[in-house]
Amino acid sequence: MSDVATNKRAQRQAAGPYGKIGQTLNELDDRLGVAKGGRTFMDKIFPDHWSFMLGEIALYSFVILLVTGIFLTFYFVPSVATVIYHGPYKPMDGQRVTEAWNSTMNISFTVRGGLLMRQMHHWACDIFVGAIVVHMARVFFTGAFRKPRELNWTIGLTLLILAIGNGFLGYSLPDDLVSGTGIRIAYSIMESIPFVGSYLAFWVFGGNFPGTATIPRFFILHVLLLPLLILGLVSAHLFLLVRQKHTQFPGNGRTEKNVVGSPMYPVFIAKTTGFLFIVGGITALLGAFAQINPIWQFGPYDAARISYAVQPDWYMGFLDGALRIWPSWSFMAFGHTIPLEVFIPAVILPGILFNVAYLWPLLERKFTKDNEIHHLLDRPSDRPKRTAAGVAVLVLLSMLHIASSTDVIANFFHVSLESTLWAMRILVIVLPIIAYPVAFKICKEMQGYRGVGKRKTHNIVSRTAEGEYVATPTPSYGEDVGHELEATPVPTYIEVEPEVPFESGVRTVDR
Amino acid sequence: MSDVEHRTPVALSGLSEDDPHLQPASKNPQTVERVIALTFVLGTLFVAAFGACYWINAKPWTLGATLGGGLFLFGVGLVAWGKYLMPRGPFVEERHVLANSDADREAFAAAIVERGGGVVKRRKLLAGLLGGGLGIFGVVALFPALRSLGPLPKGTLFHTDWKKGSYAVDQTGRRINVGDLSIGSIVTVFPEGAQDTDRGQAVDQTVLIRISNQNYTTQKGRETWGPMGYVAYSKLCTHLGCPVGLYEQQLQLLVCPCHQSMFDVTNGAIPQFGPAPRPLPQLPLYIDSSGFIRSQADYDQPVGPGFWERHRVTGSKV
Repeated sequence: MSDVATNKRAQRQAAGPYGKIGQTLNELDDRLGVAKGGRTFMDKIFPDHWSFMLGEIALYSFVILLVTGIFLTFYFVPSVATVIYHGPYKPMDGQRVTEAWNSTMNISFTVRGGLLMRQMHHWACDIFVGAIVVHMARVFFTGAFRKPRELNWTIGLTLLILAIGNGFLGYSLPDDLVSGTGIRIAYSIMESIPFVGSYLAFWVFGGNFPGTATIPRFFILHVLLLPLLILGLVSAHLFLLVRQKHTQFPGNGRTEKNVVGSPMYPVFIAKTTGFLFIVGGITALLGAFAQINPIWQFGPYDAARISYAVQPDWYMGFLDGALRIWPSWSFMAFGHTIPLEVFIPAVILPGILFNVAYLWPLLERKFTKDNEIHHLLDRPSDRPKRTAAGVAVLVLLSMLHIASSTDVIANFFHVSLESTLWAMRILVIVLPIIAYPVAFKICKEMQGYRGVGKRKTHNIVSRTAEGEYVATPTPSYGEDVGHELEATPVPTYIEVEPEVPFESGVRTVDR
Repeated sequence: MSDVEHRTPVALSGLSEDDPHLQPASKNPQTVERVIALTFVLGTLFVAAFGACYWINAKPWTLGATLGGGLFLFGVGLVAWGKYLMPRGPFVEERHVLANSDADREAFAAAIVERGGGVVKRRKLLAGLLGGGLGIFGVVALFPALRSLGPLPKGTLFHTDWKKGSYAVDQTGRRINVGDLSIGSIVTVFPEGAQDTDRGQAVDQTVLIRISNQNYTTQKGRETWGPMGYVAYSKLCTHLGCPVGLYEQQLQLLVCPCHQSMFDVTNGAIPQFGPAPRPLPQLPLYIDSSGFIRSQADYDQPVGPGFWERHRVTGSKV
């Protein structure tokens, strides 16, 4: 600890060899005491395995959602008041439309860069939810959710639900024909809940469908309440990640007591900032070349109209598929109706799925009686039961997702809707049941081969003078980029090659 | 005071300059550097082009292409810089046990249980009063949220705007006359006056189909409901309330495009296929002396998807 510098000269002296930056840091440290913690933070080690990047995709697509979303709020009008459309899109000219639809058209056709922002926003949302799901699968299959990280698993799962919910709300805002149909379905799903359904629906939508409250309410939920919750939980997620440090795969000197990889500064910062740009770039390219949600083709919402082949955004597909294939069993007795044909596939099924996911760390601790702290990850094949269960659930969800396109499938393959529906009903049940033992068996087989997935070296076959053939494996690629050295603590400074000074962005110090 | 010396990195470093950990991962750093420089130059050109495209208000795809290309190139260059030119490592940090010593834990628990709990125990009356009061406030605070956001459903789910004598009009408000539809034709109708309202669109929507030129009975007890072959069903699917918008003329089926429920138009719109649990309610019609299609009464049951109270109030079989 240095004494607080009191005059200019003393300050300059205290700044040492680090000039202006050092001086600023000293000033900061005088007031906040950041030097030690800051250094520790810059030394934080990030494992180099590619699968740790999946969560970054989610984080960065959320950043893109915030940026593009703020742009959109400047122009979107969350109202269902009727206006006459007069805009550059001539086929709709003179039509009675809502303010919401009108302003979305305005964003798409009149606001400079508006269409790009809208499409980027929609693509980023699809990527966001997708990245969360894949990241969650990585965490699940490698056992990263185990003690001490159960809380972060819970936060992550909540983030998935919030992301899906906010995606649905945002999808509904343009008030176009397709999204309006989605809201109608959401209303009916709420109505289906026993005892409170009709009250709940009236409460959320402010009256009987469609009402005028839907779009304004969805708007404020979509742009304020849920984003705040997501932002808060993302911060908590990252805080816990820093506090508990990363998990890592075993091998090469990696133990339960250390973390091996690249330091936060400058290596990880460079890679991850680059990655932010890549995710942003890909989203912008998708926004430029892959049309998404062309509301001018759907037209404004009209409760009495509908379009063919209406599919929701992908993350809602499994619910829609479940609704399609569930049989028409309604419960009507004791003077009451329980629309089981809706309540079970749309409320009970996701309820069970998410609750099992929430409880999974607890259940696994119970069944394996493993209450230890774990920082080293599992190879999925070493935990065949968990892996098989995860695979079965993924297969179930994929089948439900495919079932949400029965009409398109029937049309495409020229088979009857009846056979498609029955095929999906059977596949949804049978395939997960088959998937479990198949995945289990594959895991068991893979346990025998340690080198699975590693880069192979070739064997040199030579013949001895006696005529005997001998296969000699060549040594592993010592010079290979992928080859790892023994890990070493992060040095205070990292010097680049002498011939290209200043190049890596790290200051070289003249001693 | 030797502050300056104290901050010299050597003491903490522990690695010599030629330590392999500090070497770049790439075997040809010069080549990699040139490639990265190229991505940065191209990226700069792209983002400059983005600015130009924006300035001249070029087509939307040019904006996305230039912005996306620029960001992507910068990103690739930066990742490559981090991956191939920065010290290859790997580096290690120790992981410390987060759990504190037993003594620390005990002190923490004691602070909560004994210090805080003791205060409560000594003033049980105050704690009870405060807890009870805040508990009631917590419940009461929910009232405005629960009650103000939506009206109570009351009877609104059980009735439509169809009344005795309502004229069936199309979306433009034109009354439907008996001569308007040929056999096999279909039109969406509303009770006159409701065709422009949200509720009319959402709740009253009805499909009017002419399936014959004789009076048509779709079910026992509905002998008078289909005059001159005109039959009318609620357009709200009994599954999830989508408009049953597709009419299979050959098979006389109404199909819901959302989840493919199919209803037999000739037989009381009983579901033939799909997840819908109930027939579409049928609207009883008559033709007045001027030949206009009108309704005999409202639907005899709630239209649209099922809900908890649906069965009780109507007392109907279905």
